[in-house]
Amino acid sequence: MNHLPLIIKREYLTKVKNKSFIVMTFVSPLIMIALFAVVAYLSQLNKDKERTISVLDETGYLKGVFESTEHTTYTVLNGLNLEDAIALVKEKEDYGLLHIGDANSLEDVSKHVKFYSEESPSLSVISGLEGKIEKRLEQMKLEKDGVSLAQIEASKTKIEIEQESFDGEKSSKIDNVVKLAFGGAAGYLLFMFIIIYGNMIMRSVIEEKTSRIIEVIISSVKPIQLMMGKIIGTSLAGVTQFAIWVILGGVLMFIVSAIFGIDLTEVQTPQQEMMNQAMEANGAQVMAENLIAAINNLPLANLIVAFLFFFIGGYLLYSSLYAAIGAAVDNETDTQQFMLPILMPLMLAVYVGVFTVIEDPHGTVSTVFSFIPLTSPVVMLMRIPFGVPLWQQGLSLLILIATFILAVWFAAKIYRVGILMYGKKPTYKELFKWLKY
Amino acid sequence: MNDLLVANSVSKNFGDFKALNQVSIAVPKGSIFGLLGPNGAGKTTLIRIINQITMPDSGAVLLDGQPLKGEHVRDIGYLPEERGLYKSMKVGEQCLYLAQLKGLSKTEAKTRLKYWFDKLEIGDWWNKKIQELSKGQAQKIQFIVTVLHQPKLLIFDEPFSGFDPINANLIKDEILQLRDEGATVIFSTHRMESVEELCDHIALIHKSNKVLDGKLNDIKRQFKTNTFEVGLESLDKEKVFSEIQDKFEVLPATFRNLNDDIKLNIKLGEHASPNDLLSFLTSKAEVHHFVEVIPSASDIFIQTVKNNQ
Repeated sequence: MNHLPLIIKREYLTKVKNKSFIVMTFVSPLIMIALFAVVAYLSQLNKDKERTISVLDETGYLKGVFESTEHTTYTVLNGLNLEDAIALVKEKEDYGLLHIGDANSLEDVSKHVKFYSEESPSLSVISGLEGKIEKRLEQMKLEKDGVSLAQIEASKTKIEIEQESFDGEKSSKIDNVVKLAFGGAAGYLLFMFIIIYGNMIMRSVIEEKTSRIIEVIISSVKPIQLMMGKIIGTSLAGVTQFAIWVILGGVLMFIVSAIFGIDLTEVQTPQQEMMNQAMEANGAQVMAENLIAAINNLPLANLIVAFLFFFIGGYLLYSSLYAAIGAAVDNETDTQQFMLPILMPLMLAVYVGVFTVIEDPHGTVSTVFSFIPLTSPVVMLMRIPFGVPLWQQGLSLLILIATFILAVWFAAKIYRVGILMYGKKPTYKELFKWLKY
Repeated sequence: MNDLLVANSVSKNFGDFKALNQVSIAVPKGSIFGLLGPNGAGKTTLIRIINQITMPDSGAVLLDGQPLKGEHVRDIGYLPEERGLYKSMKVGEQCLYLAQLKGLSKTEAKTRLKYWFDKLEIGDWWNKKIQELSKGQAQKIQFIVTVLHQPKLLIFDEPFSGFDPINANLIKDEILQLRDEGATVIFSTHRMESVEELCDHIALIHKSNKVLDGKLNDIKRQFKTNTFEVGLESLDKEKVFSEIQDKFEVLPATFRNLNDDIKLNIKLGEHASPNDLLSFLTSKAEVHHFVEVIPSASDIFIQTVKNNQ
């Protein structure tokens, strides 16, 4: 008798109808968006703050360097001594006073620059000032040695290396960024999915044990059917939750940015910053073209198919291990020691993905880890946008499937014995013995 | 073919531990079969093998003459000792789910559930969650789920635990009625008075071996020691007592009676008949009480386990 659909349906419905699941589903995107909004708002607040900085230049070298901008107003003080200037700035409640003390020579100026302020000034303000002063002093020194401003300008060179593969496929820096974004998103999604829903599967197995219904159930169905039903049912609930999160998140994001007029994209992640740098390098126009080209360049069909296979394979592999852990213990606190061997390869996969795939997607380390079954789903998903030969994907998938079958066999054994074992927490040695029962 | 279930020299090892050693039982159709044994003897393992939860290392189990296979789960109803229900699921939904797992269609399950819910007067529980019910109430649900698919073989492991005497009686009557309707029952318990009340056959498992089985009455006959419990009244107690002691093996007895002066357990020898004893006693004193001592299930249990220590 095939009870799998019945079990899947029950698992799915109990998960979806569970109150905390519903709350999680609808409240977490709210919290996430609220957090985003707060961060965006705060960073904007910081940027919008207007500050006035007074400059007391006793050397006269820096005339015209400090031009007021939208957020920063520079007031150049003349003919005051330092004490009076400080008193004045204090009275005006300026942000601070930049003092360039009298120096004997151009070379000496750097030793006499000081910034006075009420509170310690922000790093960006200081480095901005430093940049301005450095630039001017360098120019002056060069001019003193007989190099004209025009010559300096003329000497500036910008290099933009065009990339082209042997097959004649053109690519640019933005290509890599796009590939990274796609690969990273896929890998990270899998990672999150495994952690969240693997845990859910484990808890649901433990629940069946603690409520002691397990023996009633497995007198009707085979343990492996129950296990697979649990994994599939919980995963479907997970997909539902994820879909709701994405849709709700998107809608909320739109509403929030519309209401508060906050451009949420300004909350920058390092990756976006890389993108921005690439953007600055090109013009916006070229940039947009390149972006579209980059996405077109991606092996999209391959990406989607591989994503499905590796995602499902990787997720099932890990969730069967989670189910086995759930069966082996009596309560959640006992799961810790068994979680480590699962989390380690998962973390390793993410680290390898983040550090080595970016550096060299086809290097030895990345390649090897994209074959090792417990790390391969995440690492391979990150590698694929960079173009992985089909035979490598196939082989890796084959290894993954073989391991998955082995893991299900292993988990089913543990599960079959474990669900009927109550009392003391088993050791690894005992788990090994269970395999032979 | 009078046996519904036959286990042929079933053995099961867990690692180095032998849980069952060549155990054979035969459960006659329409009987209530008591599966007894001290804690950890291997009863649960045997029951799990019958339910195909555990596979035996060697030996075979036949149901209705056929080796056990997957479809047989429909023919067996099992109430395990470690039992429970999904706490946060509603009673009705849960019963429907469990019934469907046993192969009933949804509509069929609904009709039968309604019948049972009415019979046990718990119709208003349908939409309650299990966690809102008391332990005894949950047990009732569990009982219904066990018998709902009208299995040929019912296995009850400690079915009365958690029930108050009234409900225990109710369940006992239901079990007897099911038996009368043709079901065969395997009944495992430590409460010997219910064994006495319900079982026709028993098997006793001790330290992984079957040490005793058969009809309860036959076993009792085997175990009886030809001892009679006697209450006498006489003016000269001392004299009567010593005269009896000369002729028979005498042990003190305790039983409740109104005014007996002498209370004795008298063990007859191999050849003496109860009539000989009775006529001897009537010639000496007035007999108020004369009963053959029949060993209780509990006595048999304790004695067998001790002898096999």
